[in-house]
Amino acid sequence: MPPRAVKPVVSRGWRGRRAADVDPERLPPGQYVTSDFPVLSAGPTPHTSLELWDFSIVGELDEPRKWTWEEFRALPSEEITRDIHCVNKWSKLDTVWRGVSVDTLLEGIETSGGYVTQFSDGGYTTNLPLEDITAGKAWVVFAYGDEPLEPEHGGPARMLVPRHYFWKSAKWIRGLRLHSTDEPGFWETNGYHNYGDPWQEQRYQGD
Amino acid sequence: MAGTAVPGRLSWQLAELAEVVVETPRVKTIVFDVPGWPSHRAGQHVDIRLTAEDGYQAERSFSIASAADGTRVALTVQKIEDGEVSPYLTEELRPGDKIELRGPIGGYFVWEPSERGPLMLVAGGSGIVPLMAMIRTREAAGDDTETVLLYSSRSRDDVIYRDELERLSGNGLAVVHALTDSQPPGWTGYARRVDAEMLAEVGPRPAERPRVYACGPTPFVEAVAEALVRLGHDPLAIKTERFGPTGR
Amino acid sequence: MDELMLDGNAIAGLLQEVFAVEMTTAVGTCGGCGAPGPVGAVHVYRGAGIVLRCPHCGNVLAKIVKGDSRVWIDSTGIRTLEVTV
Repeated sequence: MPPRAVKPVVSRGWRGRRAADVDPERLPPGQYVTSDFPVLSAGPTPHTSLELWDFSIVGELDEPRKWTWEEFRALPSEEITRDIHCVNKWSKLDTVWRGVSVDTLLEGIETSGGYVTQFSDGGYTTNLPLEDITAGKAWVVFAYGDEPLEPEHGGPARMLVPRHYFWKSAKWIRGLRLHSTDEPGFWETNGYHNYGDPWQEQRYQGD
Repeated sequence: MAGTAVPGRLSWQLAELAEVVVETPRVKTIVFDVPGWPSHRAGQHVDIRLTAEDGYQAERSFSIASAADGTRVALTVQKIEDGEVSPYLTEELRPGDKIELRGPIGGYFVWEPSERGPLMLVAGGSGIVPLMAMIRTREAAGDDTETVLLYSSRSRDDVIYRDELERLSGNGLAVVHALTDSQPPGWTGYARRVDAEMLAEVGPRPAERPRVYACGPTPFVEAVAEALVRLGHDPLAIKTERFGPTGR
Repeated sequence: MDELMLDGNAIAGLLQEVFAVEMTTAVGTCGGCGAPGPVGAVHVYRGAGIVLRCPHCGNVLAKIVKGDSRVWIDSTGIRTLEVTV
């Protein structure tokens, strides 16, 4: 019988490319810091022209809302600096974005729905309780650093919801749907955790 | 002789580094000895897993470069600057070191000498690796299947297995190079990226019903596959192995 | 076309780990457009998990999430899968 490794065998002298001096308080359990920005995607990069782009809020609310790109960019925006954490174990610290707070988009809305589904070009969805994207916890961002958000990183606009694993910040965002029931999204229906709090290491169902 | 089903779940084995061969300034062939290796087919790959002291892990796939040869498995690895795994494999590993490996893997992108029909191999950069396994397997079997290799590299210094390919040319194997970035003085070969015209000039005609294997970075493979289909080749006869944006 | 996209054979190891047989020569029929083809030729994307898409119509054939010792597979996009045993 060939020798079989039962537990992973340490590779002499290898530590990979991750950053060394990281303050452990900054990192949720099981995460490592990367200096690059891995591009992860569930499908081909959409390329929606800004003329055709809009952002909608639909579902269980008094009146659906919609903004064209010009209207969206005319809304008050802010610079946001946050750490982001991917379920694949990489984290990026102090990422800088520019975007519109979800609170601004939801201002004045009346809803009976307690849950939100983010929906994107290409069909991706992800779900969260309404209270987890309000009160300063989420933005629709259109710039990364000083640059407009590139298509491969979710441009023209993506969600930024830093308190959850980054699959809960949908790229190529086109809107939010409000419901009174929770609707597990693209990954939540297939193994990833429904809530996804990195500080409780909620990666998979059952965690 | 193979059916396509490989029995049993894949499991990680310990492979010992036997030898390192420098191929080009950025590319090395790393030869492992894998006890109990069940042999492999040309085009298959292995997964390598590295584990750091603190448990951090990375896994990567590498095409097998060698023809089946007992327990020896050769991988040709391009060092990616600031890469996670390739700098370790090409610079750190020393003969005697052991790493975890599983394989052989794959049943779709494989070629065996028993398969009929002229063979067209199209390689972009490090995409040459699994195709070289096919060429070496063909050679080892004394097979004389009509084979054309169209191999695109940036410059002559980047051509992997250059001397061996020259040596193996003839006896039904034609090797055509395209050097896209710089060419040596007096170069009369192709000096541009692979395109439909080049594929038509170099390769078998669709009527000859060749088996085509194209391997390399994703955009390269996309362009080649599209061009071949436009030239009239049967899409089902074209097998591709995309390496993603920068290769494995 | 996307630079990131890979072929089904890029996940041959994962599939063999799960199914205990080589799966890239299995022939799947897309539940979206009905086109058959080998698993080795599907389009593979790596997001938070792995997504297999039909090379003809882009339909999601399957999603795969790998935890430490659990693997979740949603293959509702595949109408039938033909495997040689």
